[in-house]
Amino acid sequence: MKESLFCSGHSGCPGCCDAMISKFVLRGIGENCIVSTPTGCLEVMTTPYPDSSWNVPWIHSLFENAGAVASGIESAWKAMNKDDDTKFVVIAGDGGTVDIGMRSISGAFERGHDITYICMDNEAYMNTGVQRSGATPYDASTTTSPAGKESFGNELPKKNMPEIMAAHGSPYVATASLAYPKDLMKKAKKAADIEGPTYIHAHAPCTTGWGFDTSKTVEVGKLAVQTALWPMYEMENGEITQVRKVKNPKPVEEYLKLQRRFKHLFTKEGGDEEIKKIQETANFNIKHFGLQ
Amino acid sequence: MTISAGGVCEPGTTKNNKTGGWRNYKPVFLYDKCIKCKLCELLCPDEAIDPREDGFFEYNYDYCKGCGVCANECPVSAIEMVLEEK
Repeated sequence: MKESLFCSGHSGCPGCCDAMISKFVLRGIGENCIVSTPTGCLEVMTTPYPDSSWNVPWIHSLFENAGAVASGIESAWKAMNKDDDTKFVVIAGDGGTVDIGMRSISGAFERGHDITYICMDNEAYMNTGVQRSGATPYDASTTTSPAGKESFGNELPKKNMPEIMAAHGSPYVATASLAYPKDLMKKAKKAADIEGPTYIHAHAPCTTGWGFDTSKTVEVGKLAVQTALWPMYEMENGEITQVRKVKNPKPVEEYLKLQRRFKHLFTKEGGDEEIKKIQETANFNIKHFGLQ
Repeated sequence: MTISAGGVCEPGTTKNNKTGGWRNYKPVFLYDKCIKCKLCELLCPDEAIDPREDGFFEYNYDYCKGCGVCANECPVSAIEMVLEEK
């Protein structure tokens, strides 16, 4: 049996997005890293005491302070004059990043620690039962933004976290997706090699929370990119330097219809109008990022 | 069970947890179709696909949860999902 940095036997759901992203990140960065993970699915499924799925040094922070914990590890390492090429990596969910960990990641980036922060964005709090987060997209149904007679689900647009991190003066910010593993591995390596605080926001389709078949994790991820709802780009020192082109963007319905969280858009009266609004978001992305 | 100071775990120990029992459908390679592109091995969320010396791959059914991502993504449909019978 092969040896992996992120090993088998974890209790992630079949087709788990977090497991895939963690595996790709470690394959990209290699064994010479120390990983911090705040509370979330990834922490729970990979470290049921006394076991661990990690074959690299790994620490669980609180939900709110992964940025501070990684900063502390990096500072201590440097204070000990360890003159080597160890990378300091955070792998966190969207709740632990855009909501609860916001203050801590902001502080780490402001102070300029040499860390790489990977946000696996499955667009809700999946570990506790699919509650809405600041990263939940418009019209997605979650247990705290349920679609029903009076509502089409989440009423607010998604928080633009990559832009917020770029505004901190980060030398490298990128978006990625588990559906493009080689691209994600390359970006993770690049982010880790660049000095200073770097950030990757990775799209993570969640079979359980979004409601699609376990075999379709990658398919749903690809459709998000192909419909221009998930633009893939790199920003260096605040400027967009690379964009993944989408030649013939597909209509957003193709992405939405695979997922239970958007099912109401196809069954409820007025759903057509809502789908048009989501299509406008895709059209904005195509124009704003120059995807074509 | 006693908990160590700081709750320290040994690395790579979830291998004690044989998750293969979760499976409803079992992936099976159709080797005559396989083009050795390695995509299945790259994507598997459970690291349950091992390389063989001849360049093909084989499943580690101790850990495969039967999600079917490999079969869904295989560019030449060289993976079949078969109902598990116990």
